[in-house]
Amino acid sequence: MKSSTLIKVASQSILKNKMRTLLTMLGIVIGVGAVIVMVAIGQGAQSQIQDQINNLGTNMIVITPGSSNQGGVNRGAQSYNRLTAKDAEKIKRESLVVSAVSPVVFSRTQVIGGQGNWRTTINGVSTDYQIIRNWDLKYGRFFDQAEQRQMRRIAVLGHTVWENLYPGQDPVGQSVQIRNVPVVIVGVLEKKGQTANGTDQDDVIFAPYTTVQTRLSGWSRIFQILASTPSTRDIPEAQAELTAIMREAHGLSRWEEDDFTVRNQNDLAEAAQGTTQIMTWLLAAIASISLLVGGIGIMNIMLVSVTERTREIGIRMAIGARGRDVLTQFLVESIVMSVLGGMIGVGIGFISSNVLGQVTGWNTVVSPTTIMIALGFSAAVGIFFGFYPARKASSLNPIDALRYE
Amino acid sequence: MDGQQDFVMRTRGLRKTYVMGKTKVHALQGVDFTVHRGEMIAIVGASGSGKSTLMNIIGCLDYPTGGTYQLDGVQVESMGRNKLADIRNQKIGFVFQGFNLLARTSALENVELPLLYDRSGRKMKIRDKAREALERVGLGDRTNHEPNELSGGQQQRVAIARALVSSPAILLADEPTGNLDSQTSVEVMALFQELHRQGMTILVVTHEKDVAQCAERIIELRDGRIIRNELVRDRRDAALDPVPANPVLQQPAGRA
Ligand SMILES: Nc1ncnc2c1ncn2[C@@H]1O[C@H](COP(=O)(O)OP(=O)(O)O)[C@@H](O)[C@H]1O
Ligand SMILES: [Mg+2]
Repeated sequence: MKSSTLIKVASQSILKNKMRTLLTMLGIVIGVGAVIVMVAIGQGAQSQIQDQINNLGTNMIVITPGSSNQGGVNRGAQSYNRLTAKDAEKIKRESLVVSAVSPVVFSRTQVIGGQGNWRTTINGVSTDYQIIRNWDLKYGRFFDQAEQRQMRRIAVLGHTVWENLYPGQDPVGQSVQIRNVPVVIVGVLEKKGQTANGTDQDDVIFAPYTTVQTRLSGWSRIFQILASTPSTRDIPEAQAELTAIMREAHGLSRWEEDDFTVRNQNDLAEAAQGTTQIMTWLLAAIASISLLVGGIGIMNIMLVSVTERTREIGIRMAIGARGRDVLTQFLVESIVMSVLGGMIGVGIGFISSNVLGQVTGWNTVVSPTTIMIALGFSAAVGIFFGFYPARKASSLNPIDALRYE
Repeated sequence: MDGQQDFVMRTRGLRKTYVMGKTKVHALQGVDFTVHRGEMIAIVGASGSGKSTLMNIIGCLDYPTGGTYQLDGVQVESMGRNKLADIRNQKIGFVFQGFNLLARTSALENVELPLLYDRSGRKMKIRDKAREALERVGLGDRTNHEPNELSGGQQQRVAIARALVSSPAILLADEPTGNLDSQTSVEVMALFQELHRQGMTILVVTHEKDVAQCAERIIELRDGRIIRNELVRDRRDAALDPVPANPVLQQPAGRA
């Protein structure tokens, strides 16, 4: 039988039994739809985390105290192990690759001003910090080198702090009390949103680290040093260079291990992505079960229809169909049905993920790869589950098929 | 009695035994007979005498337990499934008691079906041939009707058209009028006679005595054996006999 005739015969058969076709396809439609939605949620979460990581800044490198090889980063209590402002200054002076460096001094405190008081985080940073984090200003400006050197009592408010203390107004020029020290506001930052683990990046006040260390908290402890390179390609070189500079700054001999850890943004991203990757696979696995059930549904209906259509098979054989003709007809029918069901499922899955995204506010992503895989999978389901009933039909004896009541 | 090259089919010692658990039913116990080209033969016999079993074997729908069977120059009994399918497709037209048309499928599509499975490679316009076959049985105006929109007699004529469409060597009909009322039966039998007159070789199983009278030869079966094989009238006479008038019949498109 020619393949065009074959397709014609199969599609005639599909169209002539609309109810049967519909019921058969339903399982696949639901299965594929579920896979699409589940994967859309998983991939949406992944891409959201990727966005958040990128949001941290561009081409960022993070230096934290403590060796990564010793399983913990909390050896910061020991003095030799600390990061200091001097480390950051040395990097700023000596590094050829890194374009911006900032130490981060960190403390939590109560702030009074504007509408009342607010408990927040004071971050002491350098002027480079704004470049590293790629953070735009809503009002005013960031502080400059001179102000940093002079340890001026000035601050830039994060969006959340601004919203709570000066909602809707430009606070530049006004002052807030931080630990009873009046500090003049020079700028307000744009909203940055949450980090991957849910902390509000905007609930913060930035001041020159020099000011924070000497006039506000009295702390000299550096929580981390941030640096960034002009382009992503420079990151590996920068990491090596920073390691060398830091080892020199800490006076480590050749036998001593690093007492700090240098990580880039991708390292951070990978850690965060790992969990969502697992989640995506898990969701896809759950959804695949429904696809499998859909496939069994196809097989069931194909089997039932083989019995139901035994007479038809008998007639076709009596007028000259070979076993192979019957086999291919049934196989083509089941493939056409499952692929058609798959396509409808993709459509429904696409629409539902969008609707779900709208309703819940989750980020959902339907990628072309997902669609291709879902369609391929449904075709495979059609072949796999269509084969057994088709085989059964084609091996019947014509007279047995005809006699079948 | 048998012409050397003149026969369409010939069986020798055909046997069929159905095994059902411990009991065996000997449905055919050595059937020898020959069908000449252009003959119309009626097979009669009591119910259970083996008529259907014989027809199914001749129609290559079933295997004999023993014996030989030659059809249109080929030895059939040793053939495999695919070869048998080709024989059914090319050399045999089978008409069933229960019509056996595909439901929800138009008359034309039903008649086209054997041509869709044609593997002989001969070139033809499937649709035209099917339409022609329907015209031959007087249903040229019912091509788009589905079986449930046709009367019993019309359905059987669609089935006959389907049997004719591939120009088979022999037309087999197992009680073709068994499901029809007597008036329609007469019409359908007249159609067979007309086809016979046009040169078709026909083997028909029938109960009705007067229907059997239409044939030139009557073969009677009892308990799986031929007990009578009788020429009821000369072939040439039969061919010359005036056929009862049947307005639905078109003029011959006779076969070579
Ligand atoms: N599939 C079968 N299995 C077992 N016995 C059968 C089968 N078909 C027919 N028979 C038996 O074979 C004998 C001949 O049947 P059949 O050829 O149908 O007779 P007829 O068509 O002359 O009425 C009967 O005894 C019947 O019971
Ligand atoms: Mg019978």
